[in-house]
Amino acid sequence: MAQKTIAGQTIEVTEDGYLVDASQWNEEIAKELAKEEDIELTDAHFQVLNFIRETHEKGETLTIRKVGKSGKTDIKGFYQLFPGGPLKKASRIAGIPKPTSCV
Amino acid sequence: MAEKENSHKIKKVCIICAKGAIEDVYASLVMANGAVMEGMEAKLFFTFFGMDAITKKRMNNLHTATVGNPAMRMPGGLPFPSLMGMLPGVEAGVSSMMKKQMDALDMPPVDEFLDMITAGGGEVYACKLAADMFKLKKEDLSDHVIDIITVGDFYELAAGEGSQIIFT
Repeated sequence: MAQKTIAGQTIEVTEDGYLVDASQWNEEIAKELAKEEDIELTDAHFQVLNFIRETHEKGETLTIRKVGKSGKTDIKGFYQLFPGGPLKKASRIAGIPKPTSCV
Repeated sequence: MAEKENSHKIKKVCIICAKGAIEDVYASLVMANGAVMEGMEAKLFFTFFGMDAITKKRMNNLHTATVGNPAMRMPGGLPFPSLMGMLPGVEAGVSSMMKKQMDALDMPPVDEFLDMITAGGGEVYACKLAADMFKLKKEDLSDHVIDIITVGDFYELAAGEGSQIIFT
């Protein structure tokens, strides 16, 4: 565990850089986290991030397939929005724990 | 596991699928999909009975063996009698049950799984020798199959630093 100041707020992150408490998340934090991944967040990104957060709140396991069926983007789009590891990167930027799914 | 900078990071996986039972094919598909999910390059090479997984007519109708499969169990854990596995329809029934359980875990049917893998940049190839042997042409195979290639071509694809060949 480590503390990190993001967007003027001190938050706790895991050693992989995931937020410990998803409720501390806000859009400004998301933008900062995205910058670390060289991603400039757009509306399209936020639609996916919100879907991811909703899925997490419902206690469901997040998978690439679920994002693809979300109606927010398709799988190809998901890979384009968060290149090089979409599920992990999007989860981190969305402030939820590291994904545990293998698909 | 922490994402540390590691000079021996895997950058590319080349996965060979040579068998056509559900579990053999899905092992390859899950490994390939997992690689693209992690931002790695993934190449899938289908050969011998693994060709079923990319043959349009067969890909969504794969079976698991209910005979000669010592790990097969009844729902509940009791051993699955081999004699029962021989009865007509049992293999199809068990296979369809297995697919339903996998679907619930977001392991999609084979064609959709190939959609997912290629959407992430993964590439699918078929073995020339196996295509000749089973008399399969490019048009018999999934549209995701980039090409029918030789073993030599496959090794060329597999070349490079941080590249691994996986035989499932």
